[in-house]
Amino acid sequence: MAGLGQKPTAGGRTYAGLGLPLMLPAWVIIGFFLVLPIGIMLVYSFLTKEFRGGVIWEPTLAAYDQFFFDRGLFGDEQPKIEWTYILIFWRSIWQAGLATLMCLLIGFPTAWFIATRPASSRTIWLFLITVPYWVNLLIRTISMKFLIRDNGPLNQWLLDAGLISDPIHIINTNTAVQLGLFYSYLPFMVLPIYAAVERYNFSLSEAAADLYASRWITLRHIILPVVKPGIIAGCILVFVPSLGAFLAPDLLGGAKNFMIGSLIEEQFKGNAGNWPFGAAASMILLSMVLIVLIFYARAQGRAHAKGAS
Amino acid sequence: MAEDQTINPAIEIDRVVKRYGSFTALNDVSLTIADNEFFTLLGPSGCGKTTLLRCIAGFEDISEGAIRLYGDDIANDPPNKRPVNTVFQQYALFPHMNVQRNVMFGLQRLGYSEMDARGRAREVLDLVQLLPFADRLPAQLSGGQQQRVALARALAPNPKVLLLDEPLSALDLKLRQAVRLELQQLQQDTGITFIFVTHDQEEALTMSDRIAVISDGRVQQVGPARDIYEEPNNKFVADFIGETNLIDVAVTGVSNGMAACTLPGGAAFTCPAAQGAHQGHGHLSVRPERVSLTAPEKALITGHVQRLIYLGTDMHIDVALSDGEMVKARVQNSQSAHIPAQGAQVGLDFEEGAARLLID
Ligand SMILES: Nc1ncnc2c1ncn2[C@@H]1O[C@H](COP(=O)(O)OP(=O)(O)OP(=O)(O)O)[C@@H](O)[C@H]1O
Ligand SMILES: [Mg+2]
Repeated sequence: MAGLGQKPTAGGRTYAGLGLPLMLPAWVIIGFFLVLPIGIMLVYSFLTKEFRGGVIWEPTLAAYDQFFFDRGLFGDEQPKIEWTYILIFWRSIWQAGLATLMCLLIGFPTAWFIATRPASSRTIWLFLITVPYWVNLLIRTISMKFLIRDNGPLNQWLLDAGLISDPIHIINTNTAVQLGLFYSYLPFMVLPIYAAVERYNFSLSEAAADLYASRWITLRHIILPVVKPGIIAGCILVFVPSLGAFLAPDLLGGAKNFMIGSLIEEQFKGNAGNWPFGAAASMILLSMVLIVLIFYARAQGRAHAKGAS
Repeated sequence: MAEDQTINPAIEIDRVVKRYGSFTALNDVSLTIADNEFFTLLGPSGCGKTTLLRCIAGFEDISEGAIRLYGDDIANDPPNKRPVNTVFQQYALFPHMNVQRNVMFGLQRLGYSEMDARGRAREVLDLVQLLPFADRLPAQLSGGQQQRVALARALAPNPKVLLLDEPLSALDLKLRQAVRLELQQLQQDTGITFIFVTHDQEEALTMSDRIAVISDGRVQQVGPARDIYEEPNNKFVADFIGETNLIDVAVTGVSNGMAACTLPGGAAFTCPAAQGAHQGHGHLSVRPERVSLTAPEKALITGHVQRLIYLGTDMHIDVALSDGEMVKARVQNSQSAHIPAQGAQVGLDFEEGAARLLID
């Protein structure tokens, strides 16, 4: 913490001269793999579509128009809001949000459990958590599809155990999509929370108990606020890829449970595609993610400012 | 004496045993601590001081025995149900709350309204002179200030008993001396029973009403500072508290608390004996400052000067006896004092009351 030593300020004499050459690789990577692709997407979203895929170099707002308005803002009739895509977006946010919540509810106790094991066995637990993720996401998602089928092992097991009398229908529902997202991204929740809990000083809990706090109060007023950065990092790491996911919705959700990721994927795949529209949808998704991140950064900034005042 | 029945015991620790697996951290510890007392647990590192405090606070379950608070057995109460507050060895301040919020935390758990809690918190912060820092985060305070926040936070709910685990160990010497006085004053003003842990004997001697000397999970001796220093029960206590000479003697007889013994070199000597002393082999404890130098022919013991150490106001002299044993003497540096030269033959003398026969 701050008491242990001042952070050296950036741009100090020692580092100023070395900065540019040393930073070059980082800038090249950011430039080529981040700024350039996003720039291309941005440009494409304002171009005219070519029917067999690709674009015609003629600037237009048609893609954004198609996204938000029925029959076009620039047509003859009164413009009407086009709900189809907005609803897909809304459903995506909802699905990703639920998946994040599920990950949090399961991930926090898991991370807590691992972080409170003796140091020697923690590595083993972490390894066990990450082992399934060595398998390709596509294969894992397809396996999940088999597991949750109406006559799959999950239903069979529940029937055998006598917990249900008829198979529960999960496949091709929202629940299936959430399960898929939850399973795809759980480690992204567990790992940052684990890192935060591992640093947590358990004498704070003792101090709280000493000051008459129940376990619940200690969790709410001491533990959660102290490990909050880990929780927020985990939520962002799960929410953001869930929002753009297309494997789980495609394979587990069926046609009805379309998400934004699938919508974008469709636009670039095969002949029916519409590149400018896909690019525009991507830009809208990106802006939403950025808004979430900016809110987070602002909240962090406020917390710091509050501490300093 | 030390084991006096106190009229109103705040805490009774009754034959407490604490085991970690096969290791016994507290071994049959019994202590009675009076109301309003400044009671100190003193002992070397690892002797079980923190363990005992944690048992009182409720962070550890005791393996055997009972702990009573004003007569009520609290051994089965969880920490948040015990009217006891702790100042932790490492402070354990809540890092995300400012100083005032830290102090208010316990009050709010006790059902104080936001306003009452704030009022009481500011009162206590004023007491420890931290009011100007009420809005700071713990990380923005110096070690000494953090220590005082920890103290304020534990004092605010007005506990019946305050447990302090080496609260001064992180402070530098000057600050430590200042805070010592503040703590003592605070204890007198508030009338709260203090159980104070330290491994610093000077701290223990200057601050406490009574001291319990602990080693290896056992209570070695309990009593006021003066008793502990002047009348140690055993070799451990004599050696741990201050500096002492432990001279091997042959005990020829013990009666009425007095022992007759034969000093190295053959001189006969009579002095007070600790409880349990018996005929045979024993150790005579004599503080270096009570040893005086005389002419060899008039002395109890003779030897020659091995080493002279200049200590400013004092001179430390190591005298080697003929059998190789070393006796330390401390003489004041004054113009009249006769300081022998290195290697010189000297005589050592001490009064009857200055020595004490100890058991192992
Ligand atoms: N959780 C534990 N498991 C096993 N042994 C323990 C545990 N806690 C403490 N001990 C042991 O109990 C003994 C007493 O420990 P304690 O912390 O009470 O010492 P202390 O007197 O407070 O020492 P210090 O002055 O260094 O703080 C030590 O030998 C320690 O190793
Ligand atoms: Mg300790």
